[in-house]
Amino acid sequence: MRNKRSLFAVPYVIWMALFVVIPIIIMLVYSLTVPVETAQGDVLHGSLENFTGMTLYAGVFGRSFWLALVATVICLFIGYPVAYLMSREGPGFQRVAMALIMLPMWMNFLLRTYAWMSILENNGLLNQLFAKLGIISLYNRLTGSDIDHFQMIRTSGAVVLGMVYNYLPFMILPIYTVLVKLDNRLIEAAADLGANSATVFRRVTLPLSLSGIVSGVTMVFVPSVSTFAISRLLGGGKETMLGDLIENQFLGGAYNPHLGAAISMVMMVIVLICMVVMNHFGDGEEEAMML
Amino acid sequence: MSKELIRLKDVTMTFDGETVLKDINIYFNDKEFLTLLGPSGCGKTTMLRIIGGFQTPTSGDVLFDGVRINDVPPHLRQVNTVFQKYALFPHLNVYDNVAFGLRIPRETEGPDGKKQKVKLPKDEIDQRVREMLEVVSLKGFEHRSIASLSGGQQQRVAIARALVNRPKVLLLDEPLGALDMRLRKDMQQELKRIQQQMGITFINVTHDQEEALAMSDTVVVMNEGVIQQIGTPEDIYNEPKNAFVADFIGESNIVDGIMRADGVVEIFNRRFACLDGGFEKDEPVDVVIRPEDVDIVSEAEGQLRGVVTSVTFKGVHYDTIVDFYGFKWLIETTDYCPVDSRIGIKIDPDGIHVMKKSKYSGMFGDYSSYSEEYDEINDPTLIDDDEAEGTADEE
Repeated sequence: MRNKRSLFAVPYVIWMALFVVIPIIIMLVYSLTVPVETAQGDVLHGSLENFTGMTLYAGVFGRSFWLALVATVICLFIGYPVAYLMSREGPGFQRVAMALIMLPMWMNFLLRTYAWMSILENNGLLNQLFAKLGIISLYNRLTGSDIDHFQMIRTSGAVVLGMVYNYLPFMILPIYTVLVKLDNRLIEAAADLGANSATVFRRVTLPLSLSGIVSGVTMVFVPSVSTFAISRLLGGGKETMLGDLIENQFLGGAYNPHLGAAISMVMMVIVLICMVVMNHFGDGEEEAMML
Repeated sequence: MSKELIRLKDVTMTFDGETVLKDINIYFNDKEFLTLLGPSGCGKTTMLRIIGGFQTPTSGDVLFDGVRINDVPPHLRQVNTVFQKYALFPHLNVYDNVAFGLRIPRETEGPDGKKQKVKLPKDEIDQRVREMLEVVSLKGFEHRSIASLSGGQQQRVAIARALVNRPKVLLLDEPLGALDMRLRKDMQQELKRIQQQMGITFINVTHDQEEALAMSDTVVVMNEGVIQQIGTPEDIYNEPKNAFVADFIGESNIVDGIMRADGVVEIFNRRFACLDGGFEKDEPVDVVIRPEDVDIVSEAEGQLRGVVTSVTFKGVHYDTIVDFYGFKWLIETTDYCPVDSRIGIKIDPDGIHVMKKSKYSGMFGDYSSYSEEYDEINDPTLIDDDEAEGTADEE
């Protein structure tokens, strides 16, 4: 080994091999085989059956990617202004804002999601509040309906809300990191050349923060598309997503790890393609020009 | 002659209770090359930023063509800036950097008197960008990325990017500060040429007195937020108003004197003929004697007699430090005088400049600590970055 310091990387390389590369190979093998019963027990046969049979789940794929996309877009539209505001303010404001953003992340993820359940439930906090404020009776009077609660839990809206709530910090932080490093003189230079604040933002700030947007979108989209706890707890099992589907193949009633592995592989490939496209978008100068 | 373009009236600027500019009154003429010169923290950059619109003065008025523009934001001013370290857009290539300002629609009054946004046609933008790249000698660099350019080339892009908008005034914030010595000399000529070619006002900020003298029509010397002197480079050098200006511009021996009569000044109890007048009889004054105006003669012939304490060869001349009655002078001479030799000096009347006493009297012009001062002048780390924040190092 030429560089002695590269020795320090050895534990990580071993870790990667053991827990990343080998599992992926195992998954690949699983996804390309089906068990066939024989007198000697089950034998694995090579087959593409897992992939061809997956068309059955096209709806789940579609819903997962759609909900993740919606959540990512909402995160972007909430997160960018927050990050922008933070980067423009003084260090005191930045510290407080950062603490507020990080604080919920120190609470257990499941606990936070359970909290949302009790807020959104039919007789949960929000519905009680609406009843107290007379909003529900107002709604009944206006539309001529007769409901005693709004259906909030077990809807795709609740799932998206859960995703946005849980993953918003992952959108804010990378964008903030880029914006706070943006040289203020560039903004002054643009103003000096005749750009009003909207044009400065469109032609300088936004293009130069594209790399932050790309990492933010990646960090929100990937966990959103594969989540299963959020969809199960807030979607109430009605809004099956890929995560639930995969979990069901490995641990649930529909036990079929071969199919589960195949679904995982397909999802991985689609996400990878998305990321490659995104990254190209982040680097490209033509795109910056287009904006 | 040339007409007045910008005027600062009673402008005062304070940051967090610290006064950066104090009652500034100054005007800038059309088509003039003016330099704001001073040490870091003297307020020169703040003055430039006020003209550019990036800072609003705490009190006082900024007038452009006679109109008050205190509250006009930068993007609506007919002024463009070449920023310190250029502030080029890293995501755009050379061409797009220069075209940036031209691509922004301008609000003008249409034929019906209504305000409308007008966009320049593409071929006009193209023509103007290419023309300007030619002016700054960057033809063929259109598609290069900013990161691939040298410091001097980036500087040219910054100048082109500002000038392509045809401003009435170009503001330059330490434009040559980041360049090496050779390049700086070349760019001085280049800037002067561009200014004459474009026929507009350049307001340049620098702490380099040599640069100020070489390029400017008018030099404004500043210190501690106050204008010390305004004049042509010759005026500033030959007729400094006070000890600060005399010391900051070039090398000076500044000694205490007494004005005995018009044309007669007494230094070290000896009377010298000079060309200055208009002082009261027996008024204490500061006397400036430039190192190159002193002739070394034999001890017997000298008006003053002293001992050589150090000699440094500088190429064209020797920097000779001579001790006169405990006060050390710098003399630039082509005659070699060995250390410890006793010499006499003669000063012609036009080599003596008499100034009124000021708050700077006694602070400058003594070469007792010559070597340290010299190191300081040549220390490139003392080039200031952001004097607006008042990070000036006071030695």
